[in-house]
Amino acid sequence: MTFEYAPAPESRAVVDIASHYGLFIDGQFTDPIDGGAFKTINPATEEVLAEISDAGSADVDRAVAAARSAYKSTWSKMPGRERAKYLYRLARLIQERSRELAVLETLDNGKPIRESRDVDVPLAAAHFFYHAGWADKLEYAGLGPRPRAYGVAGQIIPWNFPLLMLAWKVAPALATGNTVVLKPAETTPLTALAFADICQQADLPPGVVNIVTGGPATGRLVSEHPDVDKVAFTGSTEVGKQIQRAVAGTGKGLTLELGGKAANIVFDDAPLDEAVEGIVNGIFFNQGHVCCAGSRLLVQESVADEVLDALKRRLTTLRLGDPMDKNTDIGAINSREQRERIDELVKSGDAEGADRWSSPCAIPEKGWWYPPTVFTGVTQAHRIAREEIFGPVLSVLTFRTPDEALEKANNSPYGLSAGIWTEKGSRILWMASRLRAGVVWANTFNRFDPASPFGGYKESGFGREGGRQGLAAYLKSGGH
Amino acid sequence: MALVDEVTASNSALRRFLHGLPGVDQVGADGRAAMLSTRSIKTSAKEQAIDLAISMVDLTTLEGMDTPGKVRAMCAKALRPDPSSAGVPHVAAVCVYGDMAGIAREAVGDVLHVAAVATAFPSGRASLNVKLQDTRDAVLAGADEIDMVIDRGAFLAGRYLEVFEEIVAVKQACGSAHLKVIFETGELRTYDNVRRASWLAMLAGADFIKTSTGKVSPAATLPVTLILLEAVRDWHRQTGSLVGVKPAGGIRTAKDAIRYLVLVNETCGPTWLTPDLFRFGASSLLNDLLLQRQRMATGHYSGPDYVTID
Repeated sequence: MTFEYAPAPESRAVVDIASHYGLFIDGQFTDPIDGGAFKTINPATEEVLAEISDAGSADVDRAVAAARSAYKSTWSKMPGRERAKYLYRLARLIQERSRELAVLETLDNGKPIRESRDVDVPLAAAHFFYHAGWADKLEYAGLGPRPRAYGVAGQIIPWNFPLLMLAWKVAPALATGNTVVLKPAETTPLTALAFADICQQADLPPGVVNIVTGGPATGRLVSEHPDVDKVAFTGSTEVGKQIQRAVAGTGKGLTLELGGKAANIVFDDAPLDEAVEGIVNGIFFNQGHVCCAGSRLLVQESVADEVLDALKRRLTTLRLGDPMDKNTDIGAINSREQRERIDELVKSGDAEGADRWSSPCAIPEKGWWYPPTVFTGVTQAHRIAREEIFGPVLSVLTFRTPDEALEKANNSPYGLSAGIWTEKGSRILWMASRLRAGVVWANTFNRFDPASPFGGYKESGFGREGGRQGLAAYLKSGGH
Repeated sequence: MALVDEVTASNSALRRFLHGLPGVDQVGADGRAAMLSTRSIKTSAKEQAIDLAISMVDLTTLEGMDTPGKVRAMCAKALRPDPSSAGVPHVAAVCVYGDMAGIAREAVGDVLHVAAVATAFPSGRASLNVKLQDTRDAVLAGADEIDMVIDRGAFLAGRYLEVFEEIVAVKQACGSAHLKVIFETGELRTYDNVRRASWLAMLAGADFIKTSTGKVSPAATLPVTLILLEAVRDWHRQTGSLVGVKPAGGIRTAKDAIRYLVLVNETCGPTWLTPDLFRFGASSLLNDLLLQRQRMATGHYSGPDYVTID
């Protein structure tokens, strides 16, 4: 008998979306000086959610000035234990308002409510809790006796994990005594604006956190602003390079967390059922909009057929559809542009002779979607094996020996993450010490913890977020 | 079957086969079960699931204090779980000790299956002759399903062929009765052992594989049941034959039962969503299913005095 799950939509009533949002500068919502605005839409329905202010040059000046003034007058003078209290308060408020934040995230981003509820929002709170604990212990972070904050941090975050990336940026910056001008992504500003409200609720001193919404132009104004001391960016490698060029020679601190093309390596002695789950979680989590996604599956030839059969069977059980439904596994693609980018790369895979298989699932009429897709017969020379697709598309390659797996895994301009699946502990250690990737997962994938540093090698960027190492991105060692 | 002959030619051949099965990563298996337990089953899906779960219950009493009176009362409940409401399905079977099988058969006629635990349940510590006689007695008394326990001592000592041969012998003693093989996963401890036991039992001809006796904690859990379901799914793919799964012990609420049905649905698919291939070994589960069913029908909770205690 068939067991159809009835619709189980999360209620939208827990959020109250305003028709228009200003910029959050110096503790207040304020309209932009030149009055520019753009719209943010729900990618699952194409419904306009709100009108968002487009910050111009004068607005960014105001935000940076507010951050500078807050740094000078309060935040840099406040003892670490006092800063910690604010961080704990922010963490608790994120937990208290978790349902609202999860719904906002899903409406604005298109990701399944199960993920925003169980992953994004709890991890965001965890980052504030973790860094709150560091605020009065920075002398013991291994950065010298009296590490000093940079001052004003300009932070630019992507649309794939809007609130979580905000937490990765804001929590360590505040814990280390910096003040912040944050620019959320153009297509997903709503949770950052809700966070601004949380800052007010927490009585955070005005100017410590400033949020300026806008597109790439606003981002450039933030990263190139002369009075910003430190730039932190998460996004595409292309934009990361532009920022690095602009920052060169200015003396600003810089950390970049960029693209990836992670190898998820399955050996023939792997726990295969769990490996299949790990492959699914590696590339289809968040519709594959994950910089550390396991987008290249390297599977040992002796188990390749078995793994691919099991993977395809598993993919047919994925539930694609309304992101607000609690049983949805695959939500909407965040924007039309992203949908087109995925499609363009998939077509290149077809043209270059790889074999495409897509899960036969019904695609909703409105909004932007992409079915879970697997390419087999992929070689290292194919674009789909080298370029970041940032969508639910997996490229499958095979290998024969551990050396070959290692060589293929490292043969990429990127080096953000990698996964190893084997029951043999010694092989995990052998591989992990040779993989050129900032994060290596063994018998799991896409697991995050604020205590664990995250960041890349090569064109995946530099600097770490999370853990003791992540603090170094926001501190100058005492000797300077 | 060629596979069976080949891998059971000797203890070392069987050991090589069982140890050659892919390992189970405990963190990953726990994570998969936990993710599936977040599925939200509401309204029409919940109504469907509750009735399906009722029809899959092996209503069980396995106590030293069991009497014919107790067994008859339970059988009445099994036949007609909720006298106040028409349309409630009957359960799949009643499950009793072997000496009560005759009483149970008399009470349920040929409407329900009668399952008897045998083979020196729950410890399994008796000679093979005693176990076989225990099985024959129960079948003779009217049981058409036998729930046997494996020799966990032999299994943990690596004497797999001995366990295999014992299951084969019990299966033969069952005649036409269906054989459920209980692993007592709480004693096997590791998921690797659970997977190996599952394949061992299927090779030996089990009709059902079952987690626990209910006498050892932990009894059934979602991840352990997931391992069993993966085994029957892969066995079917390899041999074409269908083996059932029965989690038993510790499943007390409708919510728990629905989580198991989701696990079945998303691991093995709808083929297994039938009492012929999935059962719950439980005693108190039925009343919670009935309470939830009444709640769905009337819109309010009635309370424990509105279901019968037997």
